[in-house]
Amino acid sequence: MSLNLLNEFGIAFLETAWMLTISVTLAVLIGIPLGIGLFVTSEGMFWQNKILQNISGTIINIIRSIPFVILLVVLLPLTTFILGTSMGPTAASLSLTVAGIPFYARLVENSLREIDKGVIEAAESCGASPWLIIRKVLLPESKSGLIAGLTVTIISLLSYSAMAGMIGGGGIGDLAIRFGYYRYQNEVMVMTVVFLIFLVQLIQFIGDRAAHAADKR
Amino acid sequence: MIELVNVTKTYNSVTAVDNVNLTIPKGEIFGIIGYSGAGKSTLLRCLNLLEKPTAGQVLINKKDLTALSKTEVRKERLKIGMIFQHFHLISSAKVYDNIAFSMLAAGKTKDEIQLRVPELLEMVGLADRADHYPAQLSGGQKQRVGIARALANDPTVLLCDEATSALDPNTTASILKLLKEINVSLGITIVLITHEMEVVQQICHRVAVMENGKVIEVNEAYELFADPQTPLAKQFVQTVHSLTLPERLLKARTGSIAQITFRGDSAEDSIISETISRFKVTVNILHGQISYIQDRPLGILIVEIKGNQSEIERAIEYITIRTNRLEVLADVS
Ligand SMILES: Nc1ncnc2c1ncn2[C@@H]1O[C@H](COP(=O)(O)OP(=O)(O)OP(=O)(O)O)[C@@H](O)[C@H]1O
Ligand SMILES: [Mg+2]
Repeated sequence: MSLNLLNEFGIAFLETAWMLTISVTLAVLIGIPLGIGLFVTSEGMFWQNKILQNISGTIINIIRSIPFVILLVVLLPLTTFILGTSMGPTAASLSLTVAGIPFYARLVENSLREIDKGVIEAAESCGASPWLIIRKVLLPESKSGLIAGLTVTIISLLSYSAMAGMIGGGGIGDLAIRFGYYRYQNEVMVMTVVFLIFLVQLIQFIGDRAAHAADKR
Repeated sequence: MIELVNVTKTYNSVTAVDNVNLTIPKGEIFGIIGYSGAGKSTLLRCLNLLEKPTAGQVLINKKDLTALSKTEVRKERLKIGMIFQHFHLISSAKVYDNIAFSMLAAGKTKDEIQLRVPELLEMVGLADRADHYPAQLSGGQKQRVGIARALANDPTVLLCDEATSALDPNTTASILKLLKEINVSLGITIVLITHEMEVVQQICHRVAVMENGKVIEVNEAYELFADPQTPLAKQFVQTVHSLTLPERLLKARTGSIAQITFRGDSAEDSIISETISRFKVTVNILHGQISYIQDRPLGILIVEIKGNQSEIERAIEYITIRTNRLEVLADVS
């Protein structure tokens, strides 16, 4: 492997890492409150609210049903408007974030549903406020599920980021296409794929370990 | 003191609690029995407004909870502890933090919590378990944590929904003992649901019997066993006094077979011998049992009374007057 290629590879990796850092961070920061919101406004919960529940549920479903490639294209004008350009990893992060938030929010909601309703009820019987229940019951009790969901989200966003590369987002996916596809350097393609497989395995491994450690049941 | 006034709870078409009126004085251990689906849990949950009654009032210490706002209800709940069949502890929190949770709900400071939690752990006999997770505890220990959590804010009322139903007999006995101690030493009113008559027998002062959402009988625990008023209560009592005679004995009988319930008063002591000397009958004891309800003895005796028909009838009348209850199981044929 030439020094030049190695250099390109390093840059591509950093670009991917950058895209993931931004999108995963935002997916967590916004997805967790959103997921909690979805859960506590659901039927029988303390902030039960059918209208809010339906509106947010529908928006999330719509975004989640749009294929990511299309979401990328649809969001191009918005990206240009916000960042002044639609090229580069930062620009690609925006569409990754938009895809990541509802994705993770649903996973958060699902892991909250796994909590024994009786535990929440017992907390209510103690006279706890909704905020205390969220902080001391909902979040800790779903921690393992939140981590597992995060693992899935990171891996999904990693594969989405390869697609983002196709429209000038940069990163590993972009590298694979530029060298492997356009320049017929199959070994670059293979190398990227092997690298991605390794990366996914690593993320999954760490995620499983962390989820397991958080599970006290 | 707890007062329920015309409390009704309906879900769509199901009436889970149907116009219940109850008064439970301070310091009482009040039991609620009834078959599955009778509405016991729903009624109990109406007491701390986990379930908001469709109609009626719930007064705890003269304050009508149904008239309060959500925030005010939360404040009242601090004074109403609750424990559950499946404990419902926070599995991700250590024993210490499970109990501390209750106090956080009451807005207690970290210092207050640090002082109080060890006291509570001591009281429920888990002083050495503060750093364990619930999964590392036995069922009985988990229930003790539940009790400590429920008592953390010095409540005046403790609600127990089948608190011992998931436990083995020995553990049940130890939890009941703890509840009794709490009741005596802290003067807490306890309302407990159970389907185990042994629980009623051991700790309840009074009992309500529920059927189809209605309270059909309220009785002193001892009276419930000695003289149940409703068929349902009789059925429940029977499960404890299960004195069944072998078919063979019933077939071979030549006299009348009667079940006599004794209240264990000294006046009843000599009843059998007096009957024999007064009437021309012989009395064979076929089966017998003494149970203790709140430490008061209640005796059940199944006897065969032989003699001529009129003497038997007079003997039976005599025993009926002298004792609490006599039920003829089989007449002379
Ligand atoms: N949230 C609910 N929604 C609809 N129906 C309910 C609800 N909770 C209880 N019910 C109904 O109310 C009735 C009484 O239920 P409840 O749980 O109070 O009975 P229970 O006496 O506690 O029974 P068990 O001994 O099985 O616990 C049942 O018919 C039940 O199906
Ligand atoms: Mg129940």
